[in-house]
Amino acid sequence: MFYREAGQFKASYAEDQALFPIRQDRIGFIALLVIAFAVVPGIASDYWLTAILIPFLIISLAALGLNILTGYAGQLSLGSAAFMAVGAFAAYNIELRLPWMPALASFALGGLAAALIGIAFGLPSLRIKGFYLAVATLAAQFFIPWLLTKVGWFSNYSPSGVITTQPVQIMGFVFDSPARKYLLVLAIAVVLALAAKNLVRSGIGRAWMAVRDMDVAAEVIGIPIVRTKLLAFAVSSFYCGVAGALYAFAYLGSVDPDGFNLDLSFRILFMIIIGGMGSILGSFLGAAFITLLPIFLDILLTEGALAFNLNLEAGVTSMAQLVVFGALIIFFLIVEPHGLARLWQIAKEKLRLWPFPY
Amino acid sequence: MKAWKTLMLALAAAAVMTAAPVPAQAPGTQFIGILGYRVGPYGPNGAAFFTGFIDYLNLVNERDGGINGVKLSWEECETEYNNTKGLECYERVKTRVASGPTAIHPMSTGITYSLLDKAPADRIPLITLGYGRTDAVDGRVFPWVFPLLSNYWSCATGIVKFIAEKEGGESALKGKKIVLLYHDSPYGKEPQPILEAEAKKHGFELKLVPVPHPGNEQQSQWLQIRQYRPDWVILWGWGVMNATALKTAQKVGFPREKMVGNWWSGSEIDTEAAGSDASRGYYAASLNLAGKDFPVVKDIEKLVYGKGKGGDRKLIGTVLWNRGVAAAMITVEAVRTAQGKYGKKPLTGEQVRWGIENLDIDQRQLDKLGFGAMIPTLKVSCTDHEGSGLVRFQQWDGKQWVPASDWMSGDRSLVRKMVEESAAQYAKEKGIKPACMKG
Repeated sequence: MFYREAGQFKASYAEDQALFPIRQDRIGFIALLVIAFAVVPGIASDYWLTAILIPFLIISLAALGLNILTGYAGQLSLGSAAFMAVGAFAAYNIELRLPWMPALASFALGGLAAALIGIAFGLPSLRIKGFYLAVATLAAQFFIPWLLTKVGWFSNYSPSGVITTQPVQIMGFVFDSPARKYLLVLAIAVVLALAAKNLVRSGIGRAWMAVRDMDVAAEVIGIPIVRTKLLAFAVSSFYCGVAGALYAFAYLGSVDPDGFNLDLSFRILFMIIIGGMGSILGSFLGAAFITLLPIFLDILLTEGALAFNLNLEAGVTSMAQLVVFGALIIFFLIVEPHGLARLWQIAKEKLRLWPFPY
Repeated sequence: MKAWKTLMLALAAAAVMTAAPVPAQAPGTQFIGILGYRVGPYGPNGAAFFTGFIDYLNLVNERDGGINGVKLSWEECETEYNNTKGLECYERVKTRVASGPTAIHPMSTGITYSLLDKAPADRIPLITLGYGRTDAVDGRVFPWVFPLLSNYWSCATGIVKFIAEKEGGESALKGKKIVLLYHDSPYGKEPQPILEAEAKKHGFELKLVPVPHPGNEQQSQWLQIRQYRPDWVILWGWGVMNATALKTAQKVGFPREKMVGNWWSGSEIDTEAAGSDASRGYYAASLNLAGKDFPVVKDIEKLVYGKGKGGDRKLIGTVLWNRGVAAAMITVEAVRTAQGKYGKKPLTGEQVRWGIENLDIDQRQLDKLGFGAMIPTLKVSCTDHEGSGLVRFQQWDGKQWVPASDWMSGDRSLVRKMVEESAAQYAKEKGIKPACMKG
């Protein structure tokens, strides 16, 4: 009913290659954008904006970065949080040393700095793969926060190693309220997500997928392995770096290198596993699952305990939340090992034949 | 099965979308938002502190019927000592009542740093009792932050003074070797500038040995310490790191009588987890005394635990539980002070801020509240958000903490000088014009 495509004929290559070839998808996407840009800032409370939506969008960007590397190019990495740290500290230092630099440019430069570091730590991928590569990228995760702590210059010699970010200002317009920060983050996330969507459909994306599926075969058909792999590392780290800069500037306001620890890298990896490897939508769904579900469970369990007049200690509800969250992860991975994005795809296929799917 | 899968997905999505905090606090009460942690590597410490905190709030409601008739209400949000979760909790509790969450105790240096910019914008005071950003003592630059009782620099200079006393005078420090074994985080780095200044002043050698979070593996650090052969080790840890340090010190044969912890490294949780014997002789600075011999503790046992409203009975009288009680008392007294100016009704964070800044708890008041010698007296002003700067040393005798010194202050003039320099630099970076806030 909802997804019946009868009557939608594609008469040109352009139509066939459109970003959203199905009309319902197009309408849905535009509606989503309109809601996100126009409706949400008006109705969402500060709590929703600062504690839920902004971190969700930022972490989705990081997941998107890792998904490009791991989901599309098949290079397992555990260094995402470290690349985020590079982005955050680079953007901070650029703003500090070059105060005339527009905020957007410093975010982009932060992403570029992360891309360069990403290429450096991607070099081992030319020789090793799979789990071995994941362990090699751990080096980034240990080395970068250590370096940022050790060398005082990066944090402007702050005694505690914490940086406090400068106000975000673009053409004289200061992004200081939660709604403004949300709009900034949303705009960047939408642009980068669309860019990623186009990138993975292009020749580069196809080369990545060829390398992922079988690198020897890819080499035989003439794909330059070195360039393809390193480009995947660069693009992925760029996304993580921008996410890191936004994490510092639009979300926390002050960060220390230890905030970008292995734990965060793992969480980003889990996001793309649960959301769906090799899927743009999956990065967002996975980020929503990993960041929002615990908050929701926490609120649900706390309110539930209040409603049933259970005098639970705060610790007990937190433990219960971890148990339920863990169980849900297992449930989703058993029901659909290909992630939430695949579930959405199945739902779409069923809706095409609704009410009698097979 | 397939339909079920889709249904579950839809349910999960709907559940996430409807997750919204429900304002559920009784109107007409003074609401206190608590960013607590009872889970994670620092959970046991948090559990003791926040149980004490809530026990005292319960006591005020049960015994006095609130503050001048205004009942207290509160909500605890679990942060797991994690900055991002702490921020989420802060945003959650801040909107619970129209008047705001009174004052926030972040109980984590990392979360304090994340809130430094937000609290002034939201007009919510932060009470960082014995932790957080040290230079916030200068209230002209940090009008919304209160590192009450004592801060890390006062503590560090106090420890140096204590070591000097044990060695026989400040001149004896010359040529001594002291190791700072610290938690590698903003918290652990906070004392370094002042200790370096002290090292230069007194002529002792300072070696910094970092321990990565959470600190349950210290073999290489203690190997380094053994090679260096220091005269004293200053322990600057939190949670599992402390017990590990004490255990490893025993293993490598470093005398525990030559180890001094700061006040987050000196609770029963640390010494008992290390093994009571492994910790025997270990010194730690403290903001408050341990023990149950205080009238307020007796009141809590009778009126809160007696009515089944208390937390874990085993925690009563421990160092961190008592600290939680003291922290709650200071918050309550700040509200009471502010009520003197703004009237006996639920107050906003902004009004409570004035109350904290004009807090004056002398010994008579402490005795009246049943605290006696548990904490030092406290007098806060705009230029001095610390209010006391005193610290007291305790020693673990194998069973419990016993006082090992009187209340003493560190190098006040050095601390003040560095506080003002650091605060001025912050003010310059942030474009703040230092000034006292008009109440």
